[in-house]
Amino acid sequence: MGEFRVHRVRFFNYVPSGIRCVAYNNQSNKLAVSRIDGTVEIYNLSANYFQEKFFPGHESRTTEALCWAKGQRLFSGGLNGEIIEYDLQALNIKYSMDAFGGPIWSMTASPSGSQLLIGCEDGSVKLFQITSDRIQFERNFDRQKSRILSLSWHPSGTHIAAGSIDYISVFDVKSGSATHKMIVDRRYMGVSKRKCIIWGVAFLSDGTVISVDSVGKVQFWDSATGTLIKSHLIANADVQSIAVSDQEDSFVVGTAEGTVFHFQLVSVTSNSKEKQWVRTKPFQYHTHDVRAVAHSPTALISGGTDTHLVIRPLMEKVEVKNYDAALRKITFPHRCLISCSKKKQLLLFQFAHHLELWRLGATGATGKNGDILPLSKNADHLLQLKKKGPENIICSCISPCGSWIAYSTASRFFLYRLSYEHDNISLQRVPKMPAFLHAALQILFSEDSTRLFVASPQGSLHIIQLSEGHFKHLHTFQPQSGTVEAMCLLAVSPDGNWLAASGTSAGVHIYSLKQLKPHCTVPAYNFPVTALAIAPNTNNLVVAHSDQQVFEYSIPDKQYTEWSRTIQKHGFHHLWLQRDTPITHISFHPKRPMHILLHDAYMFCIIDKSLPLPNDRTLLYNPASLMNESDIRRRTAHAFKISKKYKPLLFMELLDERTLVAVERPLDDIIAQLPPPIKKKKFGT
Amino acid sequence: MVEEGVLRVVRSGGSELNFRRAVFSADSKYLFCVSGDFVKVYSTVTEECVHILQGHSKMVTGIQLNPNNHLQLYSSSLDGTIKLWDYLDGILIKTFIVGHKLHGLFTLAHAENSVFVTINKEKPDVFQLVSVKLPKSSSQEIEAKEVSFVLDYINQSPKCVAFGHEGEYVAAVRDFYLSVYFFKKKTTSRFTLSSSKNKKHAKNDFTCVACHPKEDCIASGHRDGKIRLWRNFDDDKKYTYTCLHWHHDMVMDLAFSVTGASLLSGGRESVLVEWRDATEKNKEFLPRLGATIEHISVSPAGDLFCTSHSDNKIIVIHRNLEASAVIQGLVKDRNIFTGLLIDPRTRALVLNGKPGHLQFYSLQNDKQLYNLDIIQQEYINDYDLIQIELTKAAFGCQGNWLATVEQRQEKETELELQMKLWAYNKKTQGFVLNTKVSMPHDDHITALCFCNARKSETPTLVTCSKDGYFKVWILTDDSDIYKKAVGWTCDFVGSYHKYQATNCCFSEDGSLLAVSFEETVTLWDSETWELKCTFCQRAGKVRYLCFGRFTCSKYLLGATDNDILCCWNLLSCTLEWSTKLSVRVLEPDRNSENIAAISQSSEGSDLFVFKPSEPRPLYIQKNISREEVHWGVFVPRDVPETFTSESYQWLNRSQLYFLTKSQSLLTFSAKSPEEKLTPTSKQLLAEESLPTTPFYFILGKHRQQQDEKLNTMGNELVQLPVTENIPAISELLHTPAHVLPSASFLCTMFVNSLLLSKKTNSDEEIPDDEDMEEKESDSSDEENDVTEKVQDTNDIDAEEDIIHQLSKSEEKELRKLRKVDYSWLAAL
Repeated sequence: MGEFRVHRVRFFNYVPSGIRCVAYNNQSNKLAVSRIDGTVEIYNLSANYFQEKFFPGHESRTTEALCWAKGQRLFSGGLNGEIIEYDLQALNIKYSMDAFGGPIWSMTASPSGSQLLIGCEDGSVKLFQITSDRIQFERNFDRQKSRILSLSWHPSGTHIAAGSIDYISVFDVKSGSATHKMIVDRRYMGVSKRKCIIWGVAFLSDGTVISVDSVGKVQFWDSATGTLIKSHLIANADVQSIAVSDQEDSFVVGTAEGTVFHFQLVSVTSNSKEKQWVRTKPFQYHTHDVRAVAHSPTALISGGTDTHLVIRPLMEKVEVKNYDAALRKITFPHRCLISCSKKKQLLLFQFAHHLELWRLGATGATGKNGDILPLSKNADHLLQLKKKGPENIICSCISPCGSWIAYSTASRFFLYRLSYEHDNISLQRVPKMPAFLHAALQILFSEDSTRLFVASPQGSLHIIQLSEGHFKHLHTFQPQSGTVEAMCLLAVSPDGNWLAASGTSAGVHIYSLKQLKPHCTVPAYNFPVTALAIAPNTNNLVVAHSDQQVFEYSIPDKQYTEWSRTIQKHGFHHLWLQRDTPITHISFHPKRPMHILLHDAYMFCIIDKSLPLPNDRTLLYNPASLMNESDIRRRTAHAFKISKKYKPLLFMELLDERTLVAVERPLDDIIAQLPPPIKKKKFGT
Repeated sequence: MVEEGVLRVVRSGGSELNFRRAVFSADSKYLFCVSGDFVKVYSTVTEECVHILQGHSKMVTGIQLNPNNHLQLYSSSLDGTIKLWDYLDGILIKTFIVGHKLHGLFTLAHAENSVFVTINKEKPDVFQLVSVKLPKSSSQEIEAKEVSFVLDYINQSPKCVAFGHEGEYVAAVRDFYLSVYFFKKKTTSRFTLSSSKNKKHAKNDFTCVACHPKEDCIASGHRDGKIRLWRNFDDDKKYTYTCLHWHHDMVMDLAFSVTGASLLSGGRESVLVEWRDATEKNKEFLPRLGATIEHISVSPAGDLFCTSHSDNKIIVIHRNLEASAVIQGLVKDRNIFTGLLIDPRTRALVLNGKPGHLQFYSLQNDKQLYNLDIIQQEYINDYDLIQIELTKAAFGCQGNWLATVEQRQEKETELELQMKLWAYNKKTQGFVLNTKVSMPHDDHITALCFCNARKSETPTLVTCSKDGYFKVWILTDDSDIYKKAVGWTCDFVGSYHKYQATNCCFSEDGSLLAVSFEETVTLWDSETWELKCTFCQRAGKVRYLCFGRFTCSKYLLGATDNDILCCWNLLSCTLEWSTKLSVRVLEPDRNSENIAAISQSSEGSDLFVFKPSEPRPLYIQKNISREEVHWGVFVPRDVPETFTSESYQWLNRSQLYFLTKSQSLLTFSAKSPEEKLTPTSKQLLAEESLPTTPFYFILGKHRQQQDEKLNTMGNELVQLPVTENIPAISELLHTPAHVLPSASFLCTMFVNSLLLSKKTNSDEEIPDDEDMEEKESDSSDEENDVTEKVQDTNDIDAEEDIIHQLSKSEEKELRKLRKVDYSWLAAL
């Protein structure tokens, strides 16, 4: 495996944004998640919960509601009063439209998917018709006194339930008039609270309306008579979200105390038809408010202020005990937020609103394996670059030589030139960017820092020649045959001859940079690509997919390498396939061509292609810490050398032959930066 | 004249009431609980024991109402029999001989003529639930050998087995398993919780189980204090459970209310928790029940609950969580330090009771009279806390004074000691704290003794201590300008060569005080506190000391710890006799010269009753108990017995009670077991079967008034119409509320039914008050005639029959009724 000097970086002060809404799409098995800063992320649940797409946030857009309609179309509404539709192919916003009702608090699509309903601050419920490319206002329902915080369609589409403050209204869709008004009890344990906010409603096909409110109750109403059927007091704080399964046999609610409760419809006795809703299991995976929940056929999904997305599988629905039966917690984005200048030992950290440039510390000391070396020079915070405009940063990159920084927002592209004079650095923006460079999904510099590759949302790849102080547009690879598929991942060969680009759907395109034309396409694979890199000298492309498979493809030969075929035939170790975070970065050792270095959030691995592959009986993970090399070689003489010492690991890169840089972000540090949770009395304290 | 049988050792009450769940009768009037070999029937209202069902020869392990006849009760016992009782009359109806040791009994309404029992197969810790078919036969003793197996590997405790609604399934828990057997499908499902290997769940093993009476829902209690509600358990995959967590310690028992709307749970917190709708947030508490809740049961009528506690107590609780009755047995879960004392006033047995309390226990009624709080501090129920212990108590001056000693020793050198003197207050009929002496001695107090001589004018108390001193405390005037008062002060401190004082005793006339200092016995003049004489036997430390009484008052007896019983003659100051006997209890009878000594040998304990003057014992009984006897006491009889046989004469005036190591209270009885069955108050059983509804209170009272009135007129035979027979009222009572017409409509009907028809009323003029009496007497005379006629026609004087045949006279009666009194209606 080799010994390395490791820069253990913990000054990447990244705090993910809290989750506001979660919308599950049953058809594509995808999950849309919106965060408080307006970011919308798309997770593909069938592709191992991989975050395949994301839409950057915007200062003025706070998403309050998110919904899927007409199959694959995603809409959101926010406090700026606009309805936004997202373009899931080009990864940008298709259009936004003012609903003219003040801030939008709730949004739901009709069961048929052809209509969209929004609830606004002014108490209006507005119905929109979804046309093939836009949405069209149809009409208003009866105006209510206060804001509409939650909406739900009856599965037949004839009625809707709207949760407001202190009451729930039931509307007839045909007439648009309120048929019932169900007033909730404001009292909480005998004390009258000022207001009772209906945070969520769900309309079941038998006419039952389930409401969750700020008093901590889950209540069942009969919509035909407008009467309360049953009430469950489950929390001392707000119950903020509800989601019902498609079969209507279970639902899930999330509370401000961080608890998620599961309710199930169970038959009263085994031989009677009568069924009742029973609160079954509580889950406490969150420390803060659970703002959003979703119910997929096999799992409960919850997200909240504590920034975790928790997917808890329902054991009774899981057929075989595998991978999908494990609880997962997604905290960090499945893309690289860090780029590194190997030459200058610089790290560029990307935040939502700014960039930070740090110089790594240095030491003169040497020590044994496992020693912590004293620093002769501390890490330096060189630069903080605030974004321009209201949009969040999509991507950023620092050139390997350390003299260029590029970043992009949804509508603007920025390129900066850095010059170093001893300890001072000066930053100069490169002016007059060409018009086609208005946004980028991925930016990459070539190894010699002379070229800049930009993947634009329209699917084209721009190649720009950089020289001292100015730049020149060299070429643009247009997307093939008119498909508008955005490229999200780029890799360039160290010799600068090959460029690999991968989009959101499977398929890696390889371009020859010498001839400036497409070279070939790696055969499509079912699962999205999570990381790719081109090895030096051999020009082998290494691709990691979200199902934890790793392929090696020889670009000159246009075929998979022998090793890749062997490992596909042999199969990966079952523990390797059970890891639940995707590989986010791949790199190579310049002196050891047989080594592939890769990492995910919880492990760092060196694959030694020269060694035999492990089978399912051998120990995949090293039992002890890396005490001495020979010992490990003897005990785990297989290709996968895994270290779990650094976690959560956001970035790992080889600086030189014997130096590694590892960027960690301990979860405790994130929790410390979150607002304090609701205090709960613990028995015995 | 009592027939003399063989003198036997019998249990004299005070046995465990909390061994199994108590069972309510169908009308909630009676409560059954197992108590040793007996089943006791208590009234839930008066707390009195109505019957004792005796017949089992070993411990009773389970009782259940007969589901087919709720006036009958099944009981199972370790003697291998199931007995069927008529509990109202206390009669044994049938005995079914099963053959195995039965550890629990369950009945099901649907499984006719078969019951379920827990039996033990081969291995000591493996129990099975089997169903036993009870054959129909007219004979008294029936063999019931037809046993069919239901569930294996269950827990011995019946708390761990529960039958589901309508008997469709049975749930049993043990360790980390919940097994459910479905009678229809004949399949067993087993659910396992993560076992003790997992540290987090190390304490989630099952402790008890209960089934919802209406739904498919099983509640299980766990050692970590959680309650799990299992549902969907007919599906091995889709089963699900909810947790309810309030208890911080083991859940001892669970019970569903009759409708299943609420779940009751209890544990060491001594709090009864009612979970309404089985939701975590909706719970009610009944706190401060005094001791760990061991069992909870619910009456079939649903109006009462009861909890059995570790301090041998059953609390009957109303549906609204108000304790309504306490059935308190002898408290036994503590060490007895004070020994057995007799309160001279109430003749109650006095000993350690609840923590920090003295209990007064009536032996005649087998019932606790009251608890006297001695330590007067909040008891904190925690395992590793060192508590204040009540170590000594003594009554003096015909029960006017009570002295108690309490101590707490945390470390070797830190002894906290307190002596309290309590005066009997005639007004409040209780003991009031008079004097509190902190640290009366520097070391443990070993003995406490009042001078009980009648002639002594000042009450005197002597305490002995390991610090080598004995102190004499006398009552002195403690009045000040505010009030007259008396208090106790130390009068004299004596010692003898700095030996530890181990025992003390006053002579019968109070003139002499004997104090033993390790191996030496010293005699002191109680007037001058002069050392008169010493006896030294050099035969080990003196453990017990007592003076002879009456004709034997010249003798002093001492038992030493190297098993020698000595008798000294005080006149000659010489050793009269001595014998080798390992005495554990030396107890003089206050009403005779007799002294009882109970000795311990390898086989068991033996009893010797002797007079100090005679070298030959009056009575010897070997092997009165297998265990070591710790304490004994002579209790004076209320009515002296007249045993003629010489060997039983010592039992004429008093009865000897003794307490063994396992704290069973035993006594001697010469009666045969059948005779001990005392006739119980039959009038309790002959209560009318009217349900106590609000209407009963209205109409019943009314009826009583009428009865009284009629009785005063000397008209005893007239039977008033029962309110039930008026059709309007019966209709009102029996029609479901939701189909009744409006109240205004009913009201006229109701009133009309109680009045008479307008027609007859209008026929008569309303008579003056003076006339009324005459008329009434007239009419009653008429009625007399009528009823007499009726009686002539049929000899049987069944009351109902009379009512039915009274139809002719009914009108007259009702008329009278109309006149009598209906002002009570206005009060409504």
